[in-house]
Amino acid sequence: MKTGTEKLFMKGNEVMSEAAIRAGCRFFAGYPITPQNEVPEYMSHRMPEAGGIFVQAESELAAINMLFGASATGARCMTSSSSPGISLKQEGISYIAGAELPCVIANMQRGGPGLGNIRASQGDYFQATKGGGHGDYHLIVLAPSTCQELWTLTMNAFDYADRFRNPVMILGDGILGQMAEPVEPTPYEPVCELPDKDWILDGCKGREPRVIRSLYLRPAEALAEHNRHLHAKYDRIRHALPRAEEIAVDDARLVVSAYGMTARIAGGAVHEARRRGMKVGLIRPITVWPFPEEPFLRAAEHARQFLVCEMSEGQMIEDVRLACQYRRPVAFYGQGGGWYPTPEKIFERIAVLYEECR
Amino acid sequence: MRFARPETLYDVPTHYCSGCGHGITHRLVAQAIDDLGVRERVIATAPVGCAVLMYDYFNCDVIECAHGRSPAAATGLKRCLPDRIVFTYQGDGDLAAIGTAETIHAANRGENITVVFINNAIYGMTGGQMAPTTMIDQVTTTTPHGRDARLQGPPIRVCELLSSLDGVAYLERVAVSTPRDVIQAGRAIKKAFQYQLDGKGFSLVEVLSMCPTDWKLPPVKAAEFVNEKMKRVFPLGVYKDKG
Amino acid sequence: MNDSETRIVIAGFGGQGVVLTGNVIARAAMIDGRNVTLMVSYGAEMRGGTANATVVLSDGPIASPYVETPDVAIVLNRPSLDRFEPVMAPNGHVIVNRSLIDRDVEREDLTVTSVEATSIAHELGNVRATNMVAMGAFAGATKLVGAEALAEAVRLAFQEKSAKLVELNTRALHAGLDAVTS
Ligand SMILES: Cc1ncc(C[n+]2csc(CCOP(=O)(O)OP(=O)(O)O)c2C)c(N)n1
Ligand code: SF4
Repeated sequence: MKTGTEKLFMKGNEVMSEAAIRAGCRFFAGYPITPQNEVPEYMSHRMPEAGGIFVQAESELAAINMLFGASATGARCMTSSSSPGISLKQEGISYIAGAELPCVIANMQRGGPGLGNIRASQGDYFQATKGGGHGDYHLIVLAPSTCQELWTLTMNAFDYADRFRNPVMILGDGILGQMAEPVEPTPYEPVCELPDKDWILDGCKGREPRVIRSLYLRPAEALAEHNRHLHAKYDRIRHALPRAEEIAVDDARLVVSAYGMTARIAGGAVHEARRRGMKVGLIRPITVWPFPEEPFLRAAEHARQFLVCEMSEGQMIEDVRLACQYRRPVAFYGQGGGWYPTPEKIFERIAVLYEECR
Repeated sequence: MRFARPETLYDVPTHYCSGCGHGITHRLVAQAIDDLGVRERVIATAPVGCAVLMYDYFNCDVIECAHGRSPAAATGLKRCLPDRIVFTYQGDGDLAAIGTAETIHAANRGENITVVFINNAIYGMTGGQMAPTTMIDQVTTTTPHGRDARLQGPPIRVCELLSSLDGVAYLERVAVSTPRDVIQAGRAIKKAFQYQLDGKGFSLVEVLSMCPTDWKLPPVKAAEFVNEKMKRVFPLGVYKDKG
Repeated sequence: MNDSETRIVIAGFGGQGVVLTGNVIARAAMIDGRNVTLMVSYGAEMRGGTANATVVLSDGPIASPYVETPDVAIVLNRPSLDRFEPVMAPNGHVIVNRSLIDRDVEREDLTVTSVEATSIAHELGNVRATNMVAMGAFAGATKLVGAEALAEAVRLAFQEKSAKLVELNTRALHAGLDAVTS
């Protein structure tokens, strides 16, 4: 439907799909699961129009392995799912991380564990940021909180993936996937330098054969060497990518922290607190891996307390505690299983804690 | 046909849309269990699909499995308790897409379980995406121009596919789109359970079933769709019977 | 939280065009240059009961697209009124499709605008325009979105389908506006 303005007005799932196509994604494989069904549905008609490939896989496991192949050819590629399906992808994600193949994986999180429910949730933070599959690896994890940011970060995700030869996860949730709001369809421009893909498999005509693999048997120290290589890369990512938005943190006595949808909602509560003259700020991690530690350490200088809000029983809170090096108490407000915070509820919590901070 | 509610079903309204084949098939399964007098020995596996809430309807033990994994879970149940009656109830996405490996291997091992397979040629629960059984040219939300054999392959015929496996004791495809079909479907389902009771091995009944909601057809037209379109692609009949 | 924020729910049977109405209101708000979010009930929530769409309008940033306590509700059928009346914000405003709702709104703090939306749509030649009549009544009674912007959004929503549908739905919109302003 046209909007009568220059802006797009689509569900977050569709915003993300369109942004991926504009960023040059030409291979998408996925499997239906609520609340991200609009992604494969959108891709099923838009991908062919854009000259790309859409495959409805027989499972999430197949979909991620299709990316394993597509990425090896150098194609920009993507899959999306929601929590139970992301669990099923973990084997493939580990192989992709091991083989250093760039790709983008979106998780519109829903309530868990198990089949859980289809309401939005943030219960997969640990899975996304601490590994998920087996082995000692990391994904780059981006956590958009508005449809506009979803547009931009989706484009960035492909660049980061290519730059670091690493899988990138977009960690959204069911609300972000299902909500619509106006989006300025800014053109795609690479955010970083993109190295030549001199590792792809396209037939060895005129060059030495190449191998893409995650198996390192010989010599005995080969795998350790590979792990060191990966971790040197993760260190470069830790140095280059951490990003957070800080709102009114400079003089804050109480600093709220949240990511994604919850951060946006918490932002409303922080705004209200400021309106009432309370010195409350917000740190919103935009990359949740690498975790932006520096703003927390800085805030710990003057803040008396932190408050972490999540749509879970508390996962990112562990990273906040580490980031502020346990210098200040870190309180928690949140709940799992498809519970939604409101600005009003978060504000009530802020008001109580703020009393303690005076 | 009997119209009284079988004991194996609770007396509660279901969430199925009107004209949906799941409700009819539930009744047939429950009736077969009643007739064989085994309700208290039954353990059912619920799929992920529109029948995910069948534990609210079936008056017997039920385990809710991950999408497609029922035949593996059923293997575990049956191997530990060989004298119980274990059945899976699965949609086409659950059985023939994400769970293909579990289906084929449970069948090939000749697991002594009964599979009730609902083929409605679409993903009902998630809102009408292509299923492995979606027919050529059938429009779904992920095949906006109709299923194209060159891109998505032709529909999978599960009974035909499994018929080559030696472990399989009984395979029949039935429908629930006419009163006559319903009677035959009831017979087939009962026979499948009887084979399990007799220790004959893996039995599967494929039920061609209506999904008016995601086919975007009124119930009467949905039954016609089964009769006129689906039965051509998925011929009814017995595909294997070890006797 | 923010003073300029208004949270609107549109609710009815699946098939009454609730999602489309939410879309049209949201697009009209965009044309008016306001911030807006739209959320539609999804998945199992849609089965059996009521479908609903929630629109949040604001001049500032919108914290949450998810609405627990709507300020305004456009209710197209009885189950929707039963569901949303108890959770409305204090002093909220309910637009009631009188043709399909056979009871009065009980809460005394709520402002009620009644409109025979289905009967009016029927007179216009198609009961499927019930949603647009109710939307017109909403616009007339609350002034939350401009009539011109709504007419433009209706045009944009239906132009790809047919000129006839644009015409029908525009008339329905105006009939709804007239029903509450005359
Ligand atoms: C791992 C995983 N992937 C995807 C889903 C989402 N999902 C739920 S039901 C379903 C398919 C339903 O189709 P079918 O099996 O044909 O059953 P029907 O609903 O048509 O009865 C899917 C893909 C899930 N729950 N878990
Ligand atoms: S969506 Fe289809 S399969 Fe699911 S309950 Fe409705 S009619 Fe039955």
